[in-house]
Formats: sequence, C-alpha cells, structure tokens
Amino acid sequence: MSGKGIQIMGLRKRYGSGDTAVDALKKVDMRVAPGEVVGLIGPSGSGKTTLLKCLGAVIEPTAGKMILGDDVIYDDGWKVKDLRALRRDRIGFVFQAPYLIPFLDITDNVALLPMLAGIPNAEARNRARELFKALDVEHRAKAMPSQLSGGEQQRVAIARGLVNRPPVILADEPTAPLDSERALAVIRILNDMAKKFETAIIVVTHDEKIIPTFRRIYHIRDGVTYEEAGEGRDFE
Amino acid sequence: MISLAGRDILHSWGKFVFTGMGLGLLIGITLSMAGIYRGMVDDAKVLLDNSGADLWVVQKDTLGPYAEPSSIYDDIWRGIRGMPGVYQAANITYLTMQVSKEGGDVRVMVAGITPGGPGTPGWPPYLVAGRQITRSHYEAVADIASGLKLGERIRLRRHHYTVVGLTRRMVSSNGDPMVFIPLKDAQEEQFLKDNDAIRAQRRRTAENPAFNRPGVPGLLDAIIASQSTNPYVNAVLVRVKKGHDPEQVAEFIRRWKRLTVYTRSQMEEILVGKLIATAAKQIFMFLVILSLVSSAIVAFIIYTLTLGKIREIAVLKLIGTKNRTIIGLIMQQSIALGLIGFVVGKISATLLMAPIFPKYVLLEPLDSAIGFIAVVMICILSSIVAIRAALRVDPAEAIGG
Repeated sequence: MSGKGIQIMGLRKRYGSGDTAVDALKKVDMRVAPGEVVGLIGPSGSGKTTLLKCLGAVIEPTAGKMILGDDVIYDDGWKVKDLRALRRDRIGFVFQAPYLIPFLDITDNVALLPMLAGIPNAEARNRARELFKALDVEHRAKAMPSQLSGGEQQRVAIARGLVNRPPVILADEPTAPLDSERALAVIRILNDMAKKFETAIIVVTHDEKIIPTFRRIYHIRDGVTYEEAGEGRDFE
Repeated sequence: MISLAGRDILHSWGKFVFTGMGLGLLIGITLSMAGIYRGMVDDAKVLLDNSGADLWVVQKDTLGPYAEPSSIYDDIWRGIRGMPGVYQAANITYLTMQVSKEGGDVRVMVAGITPGGPGTPGWPPYLVAGRQITRSHYEAVADIASGLKLGERIRLRRHHYTVVGLTRRMVSSNGDPMVFIPLKDAQEEQFLKDNDAIRAQRRRTAENPAFNRPGVPGLLDAIIASQSTNPYVNAVLVRVKKGHDPEQVAEFIRRWKRLTVYTRSQMEEILVGKLIATAAKQIFMFLVILSLVSSAIVAFIIYTLTLGKIREIAVLKLIGTKNRTIIGLIMQQSIALGLIGFVVGKISATLLMAPIFPKYVLLEPLDSAIGFIAVVMICILSSIVAIRAALRVDPAEAIGG
C-alpha cells in the first residue's frame, strides 16, 4: 500500500478511569487505499461511532497510530496542532442525514468549506459546481436544501465531503434514510468519486442492501476490528 | 467569506422582522420614556423662557411661585422697579385649575398678567392666532394645546372669559397648557371667595362686638372692605437692565426688600432638580426596568434561535468552522435583531407614541444615539448566553451514536 489513504494501527480508546473505565476501542487496525471504498460494520455498542469520532479528530484516542496521506496525525498523541483545520482540509464527512445548512443554497453549502479554508468565494463556488456536474445535481445549484429530494440532498452532502479534496472521507450510514435504488446510487457515486479524486472512503453501515457492494469490509466487535473480503458485487 | 448571519436572517426574515417589531415596540416605549423626561425638563425651561424674567421675587423662604405657594403684596413691584439694575417688574399669579370647555374639561395653569403689552414680563411672547389681551377684564389668551378655540367662552371660577388669542408651547412645569387672563381677574379667581362664603364672613364679622362697636362708626365697613380686597400676587417677575449682573440685582432686592429672589439658573435648578426630581427618578427606574426586560427578551430570542441551530452548529464545528465564525453568526444576528428593533422603536416613538402621548415628548438626537449604542451593547451582552451554549456544542453530535 502506498503512503496515501489512511492507515490505523493499534488504535485504542478508553473512556473514564479506574474501576469505571470502559475500553470502547481495544485494537483497531485499518488500511484504506486511495480510490478505495471499504465498509465498517458492527453491532450496536461495538465501537463504530467511537472509531469514527477518533478518525474524524473529534475525540482523542488513548493510544495507537494514525497516518493520513503521508503524515502521521496521531501517535500516542495528536501530531497536528489545529484539529479544526485538519477536519476542514483533510477529512470529509458524510452523515446519516445530509445536515445541510438550511439557510444556504446548495452551492454555498458546499462552497462554505473551501471558503472557510480561505479560498476566494468565486473559486469555491466553481469547485462546488464542478462536483454538482459529476453528481448530477448541477441543475439544482441555486436551490435551497429544503427544495431537494432526500437523494439529491445526500448527493450534495457527498459533494460537501469531497469539495476540499480530502484524502479520506468518513461516511456515517449515508444510505440509512434511502430506499434500495437510491442507496445503491449513493454507493455508486462514492465509488466513482473515490476513484476520480483518489480518496479513501470508509462507510459505516448496517444497510444489508449495500454491504455486498464492498470489496473489503472491516467488522468491529467489542472494540476490535477484523478484516474480510467483501463480495464487491457489481452495481450494474 | 459569506455572511452566515445575513443568510440566516434572509432565509427566515419573517421571524426576524416580527421579532424585531415586538422588540421595537419595547424600544419605542423606552425611547418615549426618555423623551417624556426630556419633555418635562423642556417644559420647565420653556416656562422660564416664556416668562421673560431674569429674576423671580417671591415670598421669603419659599421656593415659589412654581414649586411652593408664594404670596406677596401686589404693590411690592413698585419698590422693586426703582432698584438699581431693574428694567421691568411685573406682578404675576399662577393658579392650576380645571377648565370646562366643549367636549370635556382641561387642566390648565391660569396666569394673571399685569396690563401692558408683549414684552412685559409674564406675557405670552408670541401668538399663533388672534390677538393679545387689550381689555382690563374677561379676556383670555390660551395655549393651543388646551384645545380652546378663538372666540370660545370659558368659565374660571366666578367669571366668564372670551378666548381672544392662541399661543403655543406655553405650558406649566407639569406640561399643563397655560391660560393668560388680566391680573385683577386672576387675583379674584385665586383669592376671592364665593358669594355665600362672603355673606357668611360679613355676618361673622358683624356679629363680632370688637368689629361692630356702637361708638366707632365706619369700623365694620372698613374691616369688611379690607376682607374683600385681595392685595396679593404670587411673585414679581423682574427683567434686568442690559449690562447688569442678575445675581447682583437679586442681592439688592434680597437685602432691601427682605424677600427671596431667584435668578434664572436658580429657578431652573428648583424646577428641574426639585419639582420634577421624583418624576425623573420614576422615569429612570422605568428606563432601567425596560432595558432589563429588553435584554432578557433579546437574550431569550437569540438563545432560542441558537438552540434551533444546534445541529447545524455541530456540523459547522465538525467541518472545521472556527469559533469566531460561530460567535460572529450569533452576535451579528443579535445585533441585527437590535437594529430592526431600534429602527421600529425609533419610528414608533416618533410617529406613533409622541403625537398621541398626553405629555410633551421631546426625542433628542443625542438620546437616540445613546439609545442606539445601548441597544447594540444590550444585544451583544444578551448574545453571550447563546454564544456559550453554541461553543459548548460538541462537534461529535453531528456524528450519530
């Protein structure tokens, strides 16, 4: 595996201390290559969300190592000073619900991230429109989130995750509210985008409809990850 | 970078505008309260300005004639007129009373003015309709705020008067419109008893053996005559000759006439510092209470609006938005709400409240500027609670689990 994408080695997360301590993550090892989409599957309470929060630099792991692209971002402690900038520039998020900002049109919803990174407004909006073209929502560029269907909103949310060209995207049950057809469409888009932008995508899911589409799957159980080959079923 | 606050306001402008209007009415009341205080001070100053006096000569050791009753003999003015530095001296009486007119009654301050003409101390300096008083009796000049009309006949105690002139902004320190009548009439209205009381007084005097002695013819008539005359006025208004120091002239009068004399600045201090002091404190308390209520309302509204955006704030924080951007979002909305409120408040105070308020409301630009700064400060302070709530939002809330 090249130095791109994301690698996680021996990641641990303990909540509390002493007798009340809970080891939410005991040993997490993952590698996701650029352009690859992997599934992260596990029952409730297995540590999926905790892992996602650690990968998203929202909470600090207790131990382990994370390499994002060519940079070590965590090695028994954060190696990056500005975690907000890390999240903004190098990690994309796609949530279970789109969580678009209701008072911004979809172009500005997506362009907001590059704007926050200091990119001029016009250039940021151009980036958003390019993604809309790829995601087939270009014709709704001026629409407000409330004027879009659920599938369109989720595509806009994917565009927001991709807009700063992050090496990794964390997708938290992105197909949960969608029917089979739209769920598969979202996964197809994620695969296309992963290839197009050389992005590593981790999809946390319970969705039986989309699990067969992954070529590699990480199971997490009691805070420990196990890798297995997926079916990699063709979308067509 | 786009303005998140601006976009949010545009997106839900109805909510902002209606909330701002509600807040604006409160701000309008606050501005009106300040305007009422300014109006009271202005009424007091106008009363002094329009009297045309430099000095007020009143009963010794009183704060008369406006803040306390004062009664001095009506021939004292002659002696004062002859003192060094005195240009004009004129008697004056003031009597606040209820006057019946068409469609109800009105509270007025009746001023008894000496014969003379415009420029005589105590006379209304200008008219907006009609003419000045030219006859010795039963004519009146009224302030237009009294609602009296030219030619209207009004009854003041024992006599009827015809309104021959109208003036403007001639009010007492309480804001009551003034009615000017000849001094002799005013003395009667103020001091003369009704016919029954006069008859009773005469009977009592006649029954008193000390006043009705058989060996002293004319004594009873003389005593009754003295009881029926009213040689008192409330004050003497003095105008000082050019080039003379009013305080020096006042000191002359104090020393030689043994009366209390107030200069313009002293009288202003009495009116503003004493007569309306309690009302001013009440208004100040209202201003404080209204400011606190406005703060609480703004804080509550902004807090509620912020709580309604918790998920969006969590997403913004997760995708790397800086705290200062989120603080800016909340504070700008709070200030925008305050600005809408201030504009609505200023308009409502100027166009709605001031014209219909029974008292004179003086909305000064400086007060508006202070009010504007206070509103902005209140909005900034009120947004702190919401900002604290927003900064406590965990970006992890955007991630399920």
